[in-house]
Amino acid sequence: MSVPLVTARGLVKRFGDFVAVDGIDFEIAAGEAFGFLGPNGAGKTSTMRMIAATSPLDGGELRVLGLDPAAEGSAIRARIGVVPQEDNLDMELTVAENLYIYGRYFDLPRRVIRRRIDELLDFAQLAERRDARVESLSGGMKRRLTIARGLMNDPELVLLDEPTTGLDPQARHALWDRLYRLKRRGVTLIITTHYMDEAEQLCDRLVVMDRGRIVAEGSPRDLIARYSTPEVVELRFRPEVDVGAPSRFADMAQRVEILPDRVLLYTGDADATVAKVEPMEELLDGFLVRRATLEDVFLHLTGRSLVD
Amino acid sequence: MTGLVARILPAGARGSRRARYLVERNLLVAKTFWPTIASGFFEPVFYLFAVGIGIGRLAGEVTGPGGLPVPYEAFVAPAMLASSAMNGAVFETTHNVFFKLRYGKIYDAILATPMQPADVAVGEITWSLLRGGVYGAAFLLVMAARGLITSPWGLLAFPAALLIGFAFSAVGMAAASFMRSWQDLDVVNLVTLPLFLFSATFYPLDVYPPALRALARLSPLYHGAELARALTLGVIDAGLWVHVGFLVAMGGVGSVVAARRLERLLLR
Amino acid sequence: MATPLALRVVEAEARVYRRVWKGSVVTSFLNPVLYLLAMGVGLGSLVDRNLPDGVAGVGYLAFLAPGLLAATAMQTGAAEGAWKVMAGFKWRKTYQAVLATPVTIEALVLGVLTWAGVRVLMVTMVFAAVVVVFGVTSPVGALAAVLPAMLVGLATAAPVAGFTIRVDHDAGLTNLFRFGIVPMFLFSGTFFPVSQLPELLRPVAFAVPLFHGVEMARWAALGLAPAVSPVASVAYLLAWTVGGTWWAIRGFRRRLWR
Repeated sequence: MSVPLVTARGLVKRFGDFVAVDGIDFEIAAGEAFGFLGPNGAGKTSTMRMIAATSPLDGGELRVLGLDPAAEGSAIRARIGVVPQEDNLDMELTVAENLYIYGRYFDLPRRVIRRRIDELLDFAQLAERRDARVESLSGGMKRRLTIARGLMNDPELVLLDEPTTGLDPQARHALWDRLYRLKRRGVTLIITTHYMDEAEQLCDRLVVMDRGRIVAEGSPRDLIARYSTPEVVELRFRPEVDVGAPSRFADMAQRVEILPDRVLLYTGDADATVAKVEPMEELLDGFLVRRATLEDVFLHLTGRSLVD
Repeated sequence: MTGLVARILPAGARGSRRARYLVERNLLVAKTFWPTIASGFFEPVFYLFAVGIGIGRLAGEVTGPGGLPVPYEAFVAPAMLASSAMNGAVFETTHNVFFKLRYGKIYDAILATPMQPADVAVGEITWSLLRGGVYGAAFLLVMAARGLITSPWGLLAFPAALLIGFAFSAVGMAAASFMRSWQDLDVVNLVTLPLFLFSATFYPLDVYPPALRALARLSPLYHGAELARALTLGVIDAGLWVHVGFLVAMGGVGSVVAARRLERLLLR
Repeated sequence: MATPLALRVVEAEARVYRRVWKGSVVTSFLNPVLYLLAMGVGLGSLVDRNLPDGVAGVGYLAFLAPGLLAATAMQTGAAEGAWKVMAGFKWRKTYQAVLATPVTIEALVLGVLTWAGVRVLMVTMVFAAVVVVFGVTSPVGALAAVLPAMLVGLATAAPVAGFTIRVDHDAGLTNLFRFGIVPMFLFSGTFFPVSQLPELLRPVAFAVPLFHGVEMARWAALGLAPAVSPVASVAYLLAWTVGGTWWAIRGFRRRLWR
């Protein structure tokens, strides 16, 4: 394995008494797409900000591109791209001007900036909106512009904090497509998300975070294999029915989760499970069989849903 | 009078009882900022002191209403009352309404209920008047304490301040409905600043050459300042009705335009 | 050679300004014209009639113009340090975007305050030109008055930026203007000599940066002997600028580096 781009040992972040990141370890290799998956408040953004050298550590060690963020923050930031959770574009400027000014913060020569703007506007599918005011852009366009802005310095490492939160499905897919292209070019991506489908789509490897700690690590497929059965049968009971205790379902599946609105039966053999469910059919509004996802992994590890 | 109002105002603006819900809403918001709102009273008072201890002693006595000489402070104080009524009303109805209209999207949520655009217009103007009325009353008390109100007619300066506030609120509201960006708000300052400086606020009109005097008489703040000054100094004549008429007309036209414009902007 | 980090911030601010300059140019030109006409000429005619020997030995327009020049510098500096900074860290969050680049917090603050100085310079230069047109002083005198005004602008912008970064809501700024900037504007010798202030308040006026700027601007433009030695005034204003900058950097670090 090559030298890791990012190494963290016992990383801690506190805000007053609140421990946002509680001693986590991870390594991110060059060229991989690495994900932090977890619900809101899990400590993902705090971790990202420490990697981006925009937030001091309260404990542990961190090396980014072989450098110490406390001492060489400026040098680190010169080589990475950051896409924050909230678009902080300059609303008074046009699309191209936003990129221009950002390029100047990196001290890129004007000639280089002009070329990068052309390339990145094509990449972000914003070439026609070049001279539009940022205010007039749609949410998806603003997001793509923020990503383009994060690429102005041709970074080796790009940090994306919740890249598609708040976007409609079409805009999300358009964005994922752009991120794929980056990955193919060999850019290392670090992504936080609370969407399991996003993690499954984009990440080679991820850690699952909960309450400031890492609770599992692996590729999406590994994690599902390790912490879930391949298939899940979801039952929806009629509102007036009392679902009862998990033991009621014990012989139907390997594991049972009772959620407020449904019951999940984890099974290696969905056909057999469905056959056992059939006798209670009149109690049900319906049921479905699906493949296990990272959501199931998260539920298994923490006993809670990712998005509440 | 009511019949006339009924004919002028657009259908929704009549008997707009729901407007008070908007006032209530603004009051709730104001509760969290009340120290800031309360402190707004100090600004005109600072100006008044600057005039009283400073500029007043430089300027001596000036020609007041009816050609009588009055101390400079007594001349300027009622104009301060009028200008602060204007500034408060204009700020409340341009900056705040513009923000709610374009950024806060507050009216969009309000209009998803039985509230009508005219309720919003009437509500905002009423709110602006309530706020201005409190400042006006407080300022008049300070004036009285400094001995700047020399006649019982001075009591009527309070409704006069409300009238000035009404006229400027209505026009400010109408203006806000035409604004597109924050830069347009700068234009508001470009209008109110000359009004503040040149409407017989700091010196009598006879300082001007005759052509400029005629121009200054077109300023609504001139009418407000002259009205307030005549009342606090107790120089009453029938000519005051001209000032009252001017301000009433201005407020009426502004209200109609504001209600119509809001209807068009919000019910698209 | 690499561009200094703070200058990159200044360049960005200048770019943004290119978008909005029209409105601000009109304002920075009309403000002095209107104020000098209304207060200097209009009110001045009353004052000059009342005091034939003038105020401090000069006509009211001449007395007022250099003081107002310095006061305008203060207001410009305050606006740059207040609303601009609040937009940067709170409303638009552009500071957070800047700090994700090689730019450091110190460089950001220095850049923001340098730009504030540029803005003060622009506004006071226009003001000085208007003062010359009003016939108050020679072009050289007006230019000389710009220097102390610049210092007042910086001595205001820096501590105001330090204050702004520490408040959470723009109500804090409203109160800063209401109880800080406006009273200083009115009582620092701009409109009338501070000797007219009540005895108790006179020492307070001497503590206000604007007072020193007004005295020096009047000295530069009209040759009126200042109440405080200009060397001491310059040192005092520099102390406000440097101290304010240091305080602002600390505040920026506390707010944005966490």
